[in-house]
Amino acid sequence: MSSSPTRLFTFAAPSRFYGLAGALTPWFWVATIALAAAGLYIGFFVAPTDATQGEAYRIIFIHVPAAWVSMVLYMAMAFWAGIGWAFKARLASMVARAIAPTGAMFTFVALWSGAFWGKPTWGTWWVWDARLTSYLILLFLYLGYIALVEAIDDTRRADNAGALVALVGAINVPIIYFSVKWWNTLHQGATISATVAPKMASTMLTAMLLMTLACWAYAFAVVLTRTRAIILERERHADWVATLAREGSKQ
Amino acid sequence: MSAFTALLTRDLRLAARRRIEALLPIAFFSVALSLFPLGVGPEAQTLRQIAPGIVWVCALLAAMLSVTQLYAADYADGSLEQMLLCGESAVVIAAAKALAHWLLTGLPLILVSPLFGLLFDMQGDAIAALTFGLLLGTPILSLLGGVGAALTLGLRSGGVLLILLILPLCVPALIFGAGAVSAVVSGISPQGHYSLLGALLIVTALLAPWATAAALRISTE
Repeated sequence: MSSSPTRLFTFAAPSRFYGLAGALTPWFWVATIALAAAGLYIGFFVAPTDATQGEAYRIIFIHVPAAWVSMVLYMAMAFWAGIGWAFKARLASMVARAIAPTGAMFTFVALWSGAFWGKPTWGTWWVWDARLTSYLILLFLYLGYIALVEAIDDTRRADNAGALVALVGAINVPIIYFSVKWWNTLHQGATISATVAPKMASTMLTAMLLMTLACWAYAFAVVLTRTRAIILERERHADWVATLAREGSKQ
Repeated sequence: MSAFTALLTRDLRLAARRRIEALLPIAFFSVALSLFPLGVGPEAQTLRQIAPGIVWVCALLAAMLSVTQLYAADYADGSLEQMLLCGESAVVIAAAKALAHWLLTGLPLILVSPLFGLLFDMQGDAIAALTFGLLLGTPILSLLGGVGAALTLGLRSGGVLLILLILPLCVPALIFGAGAVSAVVSGISPQGHYSLLGALLIVTALLAPWATAAALRISTE
């Protein structure tokens, strides 16, 4: 097997992806810890106190990375579920299922951290403005996807139905992103833009970006591990899984 | 007679044979709406304020609870598979069923809502705004409900799952429909709300039958 060349879709096979994911996951954990340590250090010990919000702003180092990652994870989940549906690619559907719980978790973390940030700064835990409401809808979309794929026993029907739901809900992510521009919201507008200089101190920005990369590495590590579990579950009748089980029990 | 018309008249005729069952969503709507004054208190000022919102929410729930029946009976006895096999586009089936659902649930709801507007002490122009908003919004609910019903065909927890899946998608219609009434009550023009509702209706009418058709094919494979 080591002598055959790597083709474009080599790792679309669950057995090969299992090996690749197993090899990569420890590196992603290392990256998570290193990036999180660096980001939190800079965020809490190097970045200055905010002029208007004092120390309470530091929750930005959890809130914004979690929010960004949750939205991109939703698009990734919709994308892979769509690929699985369109091309009957089993592994793509498995990856989509693996992403959903992590995406839901990040959404929940962003909502909670946002509430803890809102209380001292806005005076309220929650407000039903455009961004917060559409972001709450994102959590419901994640939970709806998970509920639907868990409710259907037939694997292929579950994957395809989930793909349809995920794709239909994907319209919500641009709505969340543009909500602060389209509506008069309490949530602040975009501070970081691709074209204009950022309106926040560079140490704060650095810490936030490091934490974002840490959340990404964490997401990769967890999603790859979960995908491996799903692969074992679904491919349990295959020879390579039986071999793995035998070798595993021997060690 | 086209397949669309045939399906539509079939569903309407079947519902006419079970008139009481066809009116159950309206009964649910009325009962649910009547619970609010009992829970919130009968003060007219409060009721007038919450009326558009709760009318819309009850309309949403009534639509979602009744939409499963559209496909469930046909799925159970196999006629849905026959419809999909006969060569007619599944989009036509979806569109016909959505229209049937709207005629059976949405239209009666629209006709009953002014009565509840009076019960909640709403003014005439607010009632008109509510009814017009429902006229634009209930077809959206029927179309989106069709997608959910097709996805959850034959599942044990189908009804509740459908509500969880489709309600987030119905939120824009709810916001703009209830918002139109609030605008009229505050004295500003509801045109923006109506326009957005109309746009939502057009987009949903164009896309939902396709999504429902895809979901039907997924669920019956």
